[in-house]
Amino acid sequence: MNIAVCIKQVPDTETKVKISDDKKSIAEGDINFILNPYDEFGVEEALKLADGGEVTIISLGPDRVTSAIRSALAMGAHKAIHIKSDAVPADPGATADALVAVLKEGNYDLIFTGKQAIDDDHTQMASLLGEKLGIPAVNVVVKLEVSGGKVRAEREIEGAHEVVECPTPCVISAQRGLNEPRYASLKGIMAAKKIQIEAKDVNPGPNQLQIVEYNYPPQKSAGKIVGDSADAVPELIRLLNEEAKVI
Amino acid sequence: MKALVFAEQRDGKIKKTAFENVSLVKKLGMDFECAVIGDAVDAIELGKYGAAKVVHYKSAKLANYTPDGYAAVLADAMAKQGADVLVMGATSMGKDLGPRVAAKLNASMATDCTHIEMDGGDLKIVRPMYAGKVLATIKLTSAKKVVTVRPNVYAAEENPASAAVEEVASDVDFKTVVAEIVAGAKGKLDVTEADIVVSGGRGLKGPENWHLIEDLAAQLGAANGASRAAVDAGWRPHDEQVGQTGKTVSPSLYVAVGISGAIQHLAGMSSSKYIVAINKDPEAPIFKVADYGIVADLFEVVPRMIEELKNRN
Repeated sequence: MNIAVCIKQVPDTETKVKISDDKKSIAEGDINFILNPYDEFGVEEALKLADGGEVTIISLGPDRVTSAIRSALAMGAHKAIHIKSDAVPADPGATADALVAVLKEGNYDLIFTGKQAIDDDHTQMASLLGEKLGIPAVNVVVKLEVSGGKVRAEREIEGAHEVVECPTPCVISAQRGLNEPRYASLKGIMAAKKIQIEAKDVNPGPNQLQIVEYNYPPQKSAGKIVGDSADAVPELIRLLNEEAKVI
Repeated sequence: MKALVFAEQRDGKIKKTAFENVSLVKKLGMDFECAVIGDAVDAIELGKYGAAKVVHYKSAKLANYTPDGYAAVLADAMAKQGADVLVMGATSMGKDLGPRVAAKLNASMATDCTHIEMDGGDLKIVRPMYAGKVLATIKLTSAKKVVTVRPNVYAAEENPASAAVEEVASDVDFKTVVAEIVAGAKGKLDVTEADIVVSGGRGLKGPENWHLIEDLAAQLGAANGASRAAVDAGWRPHDEQVGQTGKTVSPSLYVAVGISGAIQHLAGMSSSKYIVAINKDPEAPIFKVADYGIVADLFEVVPRMIEELKNRN
């Protein structure tokens, strides 16, 4: 099978995110960028399923995203396409249009994304790609079987799993639990360096999401230390009942 | 601006998030109608919260969720019911379905919104990013708009109206079917839906002590959550993980037991209305966001809490 994996480069989870002075963007200065953690599950699943076919990594963004692309190549992916863009559009629909233009040029049986990017948390890409390509999309997948042009995917919903069936080609968004992503070997890292990343200029679609401003969440002031032993429990329960009124 | 509130159902029962969204659009003073998709659905319930007009797109084929089928019906419903903005819950279904409808309508979409207000004739929307480390205030500039609202943020307020339910027979083709729903542990409450969440972390020392979390949760009618440390150690399944690489929650009460409060965990739970921290380390960052804290050994505090609550119940 030929498989595409759409990946995103994101700040790692330890990053203290800083808003720039004009409040319209995130300051990139001290950020350590990584491959979006959920995308790793997509890359791993693609490598497992390719079975002699090719796995192509696709990512949109400025030049720095090539390091995330290299991480995915080092895991064993075969090809990569970098859609060059000064920034990732605020509107995921605009990014989806650019990805769709590139995806249409390939003949992919499966397309993977992560279940969400841990920076903007839009959680839209797999469904957007599915709709724009006119094919099914299954989100938050933790178990996947593909055979004879048919997909059986288990996806997480509230307190249960939904077993979804659809034909290929389709889009799958990967959730933790789908697999255990491999670590890149030294050999893989060296091999990845030799792969030519194909750079493309594609115009993203119209941006229809306007950032008014970014703010930090209101700081919660530290509350009350009710006590320093189990003897404080009755008072805690009284406070939860009478003051907070939550139990 | 007219809203269409999509009322999600499972097994014919309307989800609470739909009632919350009816209350929200009423509060915003928006003209609105509701849409329900399914077979036998208790659609009249929406009236209790003030919905006057509900269109039930009815089909046995659509009893269970199907993304492409539901998306086709909703895109048509937006036109038929003359709505500009589609409002739904940021649930598993809402997040799956929303972008598909948005793409059909050339609409832009705001996911997991925590605050919405009217600004002139426009919607000003706040949605968390980086799992809550940043709040983005945004506007959707497309003609049609789709928003999903985080469950539990807006209260479902009873406000009885007599709902007129119009049934429309629906027939659409779709390629994606839900073959079955495999229930998790029996009666297991999900952290994103629960009003109270009790989470455990590294301080529990091992999975063999998790009965403390489960018993405390049972006394409070709460869902069980876990920190990333507990999940990475293999003590708990990942669907319980709260934090930036897990689930983001906003319950009325969040009880953090033996959780130090790594930045990625705080991002996932600090919008909870009340936070209780139990940790023996007074320097643990969790105390910086906690409303009430007990600085003591959880193995003494939690059994006492269970006992006290038992006596109360």
